[in-house]
Amino acid sequence: MKLLPTLGGFASALLMAMPAAAAEMMTEIGPGEGQIDIVAWPGYIERGETVAEFDWVTKFEEDTGCMVRVKTANTSDEMVALMNEGGFDVVTASGDASLRLIAGKRVQEVNVDLIPSWSTVDERLKNANWHTVDGRHYGTPYMWGPNVLMYNTDVFPEPPESWAVVFEEMTLPDGQSNEGRIQAYDGPIHVADAAQYLMYHRPELGILSPYELNQEQYEAALDLLRQQRKLVGRYWHNAFIQMDDFKNEGVVASGSWPFQVNLLKAEGQPISSTIPVEGATGWADTVMMHSEAPHPNCSYMWMEHSLSSNLQSDLSLWFGAVPSVPAACTDGRGMQTAEGCDANGFNDFDKINFWSTPISRCESQGECVPYYRWVSDYIGVIGGR
Amino acid sequence: MKAAPGLPAAQASALARLSDAFWRHPRIFVALLLLLPLSWLGVVYIGSLSALLLQSFFSIDEFSGLVQYEFTLKTYRELLTPSNFDIILRTFLMACAVTVAASIIAFPIALFAAKYARGRLKALFYLGAMLPLWSSYLVKIYAWKLILAKEGIINWVVEALGLKFLLELILSTPVIGGNSLSVSYIGTFIVLLYVWLPFMILPVQAALERVPRNVLEATADLGASRGQALRHVVLPLALPGIVAGSIFTFSLTLGDYIVPQIIGSSRRFIGQAVYAHQGTAGNIPLAAAFAVVPILIMAVYLWLAKRRGAFDAL
Repeated sequence: MKLLPTLGGFASALLMAMPAAAAEMMTEIGPGEGQIDIVAWPGYIERGETVAEFDWVTKFEEDTGCMVRVKTANTSDEMVALMNEGGFDVVTASGDASLRLIAGKRVQEVNVDLIPSWSTVDERLKNANWHTVDGRHYGTPYMWGPNVLMYNTDVFPEPPESWAVVFEEMTLPDGQSNEGRIQAYDGPIHVADAAQYLMYHRPELGILSPYELNQEQYEAALDLLRQQRKLVGRYWHNAFIQMDDFKNEGVVASGSWPFQVNLLKAEGQPISSTIPVEGATGWADTVMMHSEAPHPNCSYMWMEHSLSSNLQSDLSLWFGAVPSVPAACTDGRGMQTAEGCDANGFNDFDKINFWSTPISRCESQGECVPYYRWVSDYIGVIGGR
Repeated sequence: MKAAPGLPAAQASALARLSDAFWRHPRIFVALLLLLPLSWLGVVYIGSLSALLLQSFFSIDEFSGLVQYEFTLKTYRELLTPSNFDIILRTFLMACAVTVAASIIAFPIALFAAKYARGRLKALFYLGAMLPLWSSYLVKIYAWKLILAKEGIINWVVEALGLKFLLELILSTPVIGGNSLSVSYIGTFIVLLYVWLPFMILPVQAALERVPRNVLEATADLGASRGQALRHVVLPLALPGIVAGSIFTFSLTLGDYIVPQIIGSSRRFIGQAVYAHQGTAGNIPLAAAFAVVPILIMAVYLWLAKRRGAFDAL
């Protein structure tokens, strides 16, 4: 009996239900249909209405005649739900949504031969496992970025070398304890940050991927997080609240995104960021095309546009992310510079474990703790259990 | 049978028969009128609620993380695990605290507005009580975050007055204290109280308006002191208003999930737990079971209120 569609959570279905054969992949691009409907993260599709210089839509509309309509979504679940609903052409899916969309056959295989700028895509991303399954590409890389360690430069004259500042009680360089002065992310995925820390400091646990933890490894990560709970006043959930906490609440170190770091720096706050020795977790988004996209030709034109235009360059500046086309950092097609890309983490790719949904049938060790338990246990940890 | 003049015979008789039928069976007419609102209530309101209840009797498979569509009480048992029960208890206690505080603060304000304020002052009262409801809920909460912050205005004033030790003493209280007002339960409490206070003031004020002035005069004539009049006459007559207001403040606090997310120590409340368990986690049964808890608490609350005679005046 199945009464209501459950949004997401078909964790183990990911591996069991690999698509046997893609629907029909397109072999040629016809004339544009005059419109394209995009599901995107807020801030991902700008047409110069927020800030005039940041516009990567107007020219696309002029060149192709495809009018862009955007539906923003605030969580990966919303994205999956919207795509399940249908009526959209493309989505900027993150690593926790992309495999679900592929497994659910909501997105179609992309013929990269029809996208001339595919060759300019970062080699490190071309076959990434969050959009390429069995050698089939289900989208074009959009943006990626690390979860960095943000810190206050007045308190840390030298960048902290280890994530220990947010996991272990210690005296900071200014002589005071870190208790109550650090933050951690208010989402269960933060368990992965703890696991990544343990990967480096307790190799005997044998953690291969922070998203694939067996019971013992998982317990160790939870213990570390319980220790962290004693140091954290409030967990951060919203980028702007975190920025406020760094300004008004005396917080001096926390896992964060380049987005907050860049904005706080721009305000003249004593803030900087680093990727410590343990490495970092990160996110990577992909433009994926609906299996029943109403405007397939415009969709292909958009994918080409997303790689070849000023989009990669200006969006990476706007969002504090790294372009998926390395040339966008240097060739002056937009406002991004090589220094900017470096600051956002361009050279740290190898240190990053990209976000994916923890599932029970995992690749590295057969059976892992699934995501729904991460959720309930992390609630317990924050509640002091 | 003679047709009505000016109308074709068939049409007139059809209309007449219809109206006769309605006249003879008034219930059919009422039923037809009520059909639309009742079907809205039944399908959209009760329907979604029962779908929710149904979900809570399913469970999630430990191994695959998929929802199993078989009747079980396992999910409800899960509510009693220490970390989940903490959430329920925490939310319940916060709702009680906010309700009690709101009624204590609202009563004198409402009494003044109902019995003493006149003309412009009364208009000012209405404006004052309603104004917070006009601005966005989120803006108010963010404003409070700044007010309560470690480097916010309250801290600044307290420091300027040399009373910092007092604030630190309050914040060092176990459980309800914290690093600063905005990361403690005290902060969550203050903001919830602020946000829901108008919902207490207005019903209490409406109840007090209905207490006739001559009843108060009679109490004075019979030799009751002001305190006695308040305790034995005004308060019992205002009780239905207080109960109505408490239903608002209590249920709104039980369901709120934004205030505790922005102000407080990140320890979850019921609403946040529901939000976390649906979505990527896919644990809809547990989310539904959590959502049933406030319904049960409110049912018990209303039942108790009814037994105490709070609705007799309705």
